[in-house]
Amino acid sequence: MSIVTVRGLTRVFDVSKPWLNRAIERLPKRKLTAVSDVSFEIEERSIYALVGESGSGKSTIGKMVVGLLKPSGGEIKIEGVDLFREADGDTVKRIRSDIQMIFQDPFASLNPRWRVRDIIAEPVAAHGGDVKGLAEKLLEQVGLSAADAGKFPHEFSGGQRQRICVARALASEPKLIVCDEPTSALDVSVQAQVLNLMSDLKDSFGLTYLLISHDLTVVQHMADRIGVLYLGRLVEEAAPDDLFSAPLHPYTRMLLEAAPKIDGFGRDIEPPQGEIPDPINPPTGCAYHPRCPLATDQCKSERPALSADGGRRVACFRAGDMFQSNIRRPGLGGM
Amino acid sequence: MTDSARQTQVTAPSSEPSRLKTVWESDFGYAFRRSPVALVSCLVVLFLVLSAVMAPWIAPHDPFNPVTLNLMNGFTPPSTPNAFTGDSFWLGTDDQGRDVFSTILFGMRISLFVGFSAVLFAMILGVTLGLIAGYAGGWIETLIMRVADVQLTFPAILVAMLIFGIAKGFTPVEYRDQMAIWVLILAIGLSDWVQFARVVRGATLVEKNKEYVQAARLIGRSGGAIMLRHILPNVLSPVLVIATISLALAIIAEATLSFLGVGAPPTQPSLGTLIRIGQGFLFSGEWWILLFPSVTLLSLALSVNLLGDWLRDALNPRLR
Repeated sequence: MSIVTVRGLTRVFDVSKPWLNRAIERLPKRKLTAVSDVSFEIEERSIYALVGESGSGKSTIGKMVVGLLKPSGGEIKIEGVDLFREADGDTVKRIRSDIQMIFQDPFASLNPRWRVRDIIAEPVAAHGGDVKGLAEKLLEQVGLSAADAGKFPHEFSGGQRQRICVARALASEPKLIVCDEPTSALDVSVQAQVLNLMSDLKDSFGLTYLLISHDLTVVQHMADRIGVLYLGRLVEEAAPDDLFSAPLHPYTRMLLEAAPKIDGFGRDIEPPQGEIPDPINPPTGCAYHPRCPLATDQCKSERPALSADGGRRVACFRAGDMFQSNIRRPGLGGM
Repeated sequence: MTDSARQTQVTAPSSEPSRLKTVWESDFGYAFRRSPVALVSCLVVLFLVLSAVMAPWIAPHDPFNPVTLNLMNGFTPPSTPNAFTGDSFWLGTDDQGRDVFSTILFGMRISLFVGFSAVLFAMILGVTLGLIAGYAGGWIETLIMRVADVQLTFPAILVAMLIFGIAKGFTPVEYRDQMAIWVLILAIGLSDWVQFARVVRGATLVEKNKEYVQAARLIGRSGGAIMLRHILPNVLSPVLVIATISLALAIIAEATLSFLGVGAPPTQPSLGTLIRIGQGFLFSGEWWILLFPSVTLLSLALSVNLLGDWLRDALNPRLR
């Protein structure tokens, strides 16, 4: 059963200058489409990963799923409830306490003036719950000591702070945790510890994760299903084994080839071509065609739809050709 | 460790030192102990504030009780026996025979009360509006900050005089003298909130995009709770600095208004009123009536200002 259902999700940001400047300089309104027509489902007790370059819209999707940003179009249903359309206040409250988020920067995500005890208990205290001993219990569950509850965030290292964030996320006993690049601000040695902790907690608490990351290694080891985003659109979605052994979309393939590999020394790797285009003026047709080595005239004029193909989905006219060429290159994902 | 032992260790806050001790032993406390300017100005401020608060007990005369006044004592020079009555006053007397030392003590009371209250009023108003402007954004922010900008184009003393005049026009004649002090506080406070609002808005804009605020939003905390419990504690340190410097400015603003004759009434003379009375006698040789209140005002404003300057440097990590 899926806990999160996202249908046609779209988010447009207004990035125009103030109206006075527009009126004087006769500029039109400028819209940035950060997320466009994204649909996916997350199975209960699974890890769904969203990957993509900076500016691909992955964090925007995460913020919309937890309800921090209102979608411009489409719908997000969590346990069958659309938070932005549900009128019943009690249902909204119940669903909200089922969703939590772990942020990227552990130095900004804890209020520096609050004691750890109050930080961890806040999701429960905000709704008038009983918080006695809660922080101490959770601190021990995330591998810190109960005596740390009386300290302030600045007394901890980055990894320890991220553990506190995990403890806070667990406080309201949520079902879904959105992790927005949870380890990208941490040392590599600490990354593994935090990821292992998250894996363990997923099993013992029966959690579902939406993992937002640009780190393919993390995603490969954690995720049950991976969605690849390019310029706000889902271009490919597959299970990690399929995706890493035989990427169908040329963009996925470029991402995988660009990832550093242990056995990559002395091997000539083609660097990624070009940069992610300006989302205010996206290219016509397939948004990836200016960087794509396989682009045809069709790619420049028509946008390929995301089509299902036996347990995986891909949005590319030449996906079949890619697949053929990949069979001859085993071990691509051998990280 | 047994479970119960762990429990007591967790609940007993005895290991956490008292807040005062923490502050004294912090970097901030160290910087304070090592700065002669901070120490001296802090001592001067403490001394002046204490003597103002204790005025009814330490003042040798009650300058507001006509029964104790003797007009024959008028214009007695400092520490010199009066030619007619033989009474001696440490800092001399004014034209009505009031002891200058006592009037200074009582005048400082008024000055400090008005200064503190005006800054408190300006602070509450400015911090509230700044928080709302920064957090809400949109047209609310535009409205608040444009009003602030417009007010900033006028000199503060002019704004205070305007507000003072309007408010005085609205108070019934028989209450004017009693209300004068409160009107003064209102006028100085309203002319001074802009600085607080601007600084708090700027700090709020930085804080509201931090992830801890988003974390509070996603669990369903209301905007008011987030502003009050999350953002406010994190924007307070610049407010403290501005409040200290504003205090010096408010005391001077009060003295200026009173000197111009629109502030504290003669029945409740502040330092400014005393200076206004004194300057009338400067050229006839009675210098003490002007000099001593002026010196008191100078040392009060100067030490508060130096303290504020030091505080700004000490709390600004970029200057370390």
